[in-house]
Amino acid sequence: MSKAISILYDAPGPKAKQRNILYSIVFVLALAAVAWWIVTMLADKHQLDAAKWKPFVTDSRVWTTYLLPGLQGTVIAALLSVVIALPIGAIFGIARLSEHVWIRVPASVVVEFFRAIPVLILMVFANYFFVHYSSVPLESVALFAIVTGLVLYNGSVLAEVVRAGILSLPKGQAEAAAALGMRKTQTMTLIQLPQAVTAMLPAIVSQLVVIVKDTALGGYILGYAELLTQSRTVSNAYSNTIPTLVFIALVFIVVNFALSQLASWLENKLRNRTKGNRTTVNPEMVEEQAPGMKM
Amino acid sequence: MFDFLSKYDVLGAFWVTVQLTLYAALGSLIWGTILAGFRVSPVPLLRAFGTAYINIVRNTPLTLIIVGTLLGLSQTLGVTMGTNVLDSQNFRLATLGLIAYTSTFVCESIRSGINTVPVGQAEAARALGLGFGQVLGVIVLPQAFRSVIAPLASVLIALTKNTTVASAIGVAEASFVMNNMIENESDKLFLVFGVVALGFVVLTLPTGLILGWVAKKVAVKR
Repeated sequence: MSKAISILYDAPGPKAKQRNILYSIVFVLALAAVAWWIVTMLADKHQLDAAKWKPFVTDSRVWTTYLLPGLQGTVIAALLSVVIALPIGAIFGIARLSEHVWIRVPASVVVEFFRAIPVLILMVFANYFFVHYSSVPLESVALFAIVTGLVLYNGSVLAEVVRAGILSLPKGQAEAAAALGMRKTQTMTLIQLPQAVTAMLPAIVSQLVVIVKDTALGGYILGYAELLTQSRTVSNAYSNTIPTLVFIALVFIVVNFALSQLASWLENKLRNRTKGNRTTVNPEMVEEQAPGMKM
Repeated sequence: MFDFLSKYDVLGAFWVTVQLTLYAALGSLIWGTILAGFRVSPVPLLRAFGTAYINIVRNTPLTLIIVGTLLGLSQTLGVTMGTNVLDSQNFRLATLGLIAYTSTFVCESIRSGINTVPVGQAEAARALGLGFGQVLGVIVLPQAFRSVIAPLASVLIALTKNTTVASAIGVAEASFVMNNMIENESDKLFLVFGVVALGFVVLTLPTGLILGWVAKKVAVKR
């Protein structure tokens, strides 16, 4: 990567090296000034007191009663969502490729609609829907609502991923299947879908990052006991807002960073697995995909 | 059937959504471009800072960032954002959080746009004796921007949808008002959902279509 980008500037000579060191020093000073301002502010408000940070190291109850159950809540909601959203996404993605207008158009409308509206709106709607029109016990309504919202939204995003994955296959695959006398359903399920799944794998993993982040949104607004919601309980118990926020953020960053690394590792591995120009659905594309635009 | 809508300021709520989107879009375009400059700069420290910022911020949930601006920045550290009115203070805090988060996606889009500019362009610029700032600012970035309009449009649309997160700190935007409406008019659940959803479709769909058209129009033919 550094090779591709270093075309923007020459290899630094003695003068440029000095200048780079100067810039570095100025930047470090600026950063230090900001850090100093933050630290003094924190110290002023007694947020740096050891007593507020210590519970995370010494008091195992912080982890066993609040943070780990919170992480468990996050993982449950995220995994349920992705497991339910995948088949729905596959169905809608394939439906959008159908030759029949009466299948293709409704599927497209549904997918574009759920991609155009915020996931929070879906979650809030699902929340009140389950309260008023279902017999879901009140204590699990929040989980149901979060999973429903996430499934509707990510199902439509994954539908686009599936569609892009199938379209990324060489045309010869479907043609060869047709030449062998396979029906369209057989071509799809035996030839195209299995290959598309491998092409989609990185994109699906990086979609998990989006899902994990969105569980925090639903949890916080609807009061489902995931990581971010639990932070309120911790900071109430120990009156340490900033340390708790920092630790919660760290947990999220570690989990999501690991997932994104896994996605790019998968992408590299799949790309190098076969000699030919194997295509993968670019994971970067998924997170911020506009409705109404082709992938 | 739609009488109840007059009791709530639905249009006002969507106006707040639009304002949040526009301010955050402007801010994150500027900060994201600066970050992209950091990430390709010749100074190793700036590159490291850019990479660290991107990896930390884009892996943090936006809700955590926005809640953090209120609980951490405002309530604990006492940053007032230049106003004492609670409503506009929360609005500004949410805008700040949205800028911090969205700029990471802007930065990555622009960086991928820089990679689409042919090597010869930068080489020619360097052969003419231009420095890094000139190569980037005069030659590479103008071409890069033209090729990233479509990805940036996607970021803008995602931003529009992400403004709903501001309701976590009580900014009265569309989803906040939707929550109020449903609580008071529980019999009109589907109607309320339909109205708010339609509002977002109206905001996001034309943005995608128009900017998609613009992207094709200005793309550098190579």
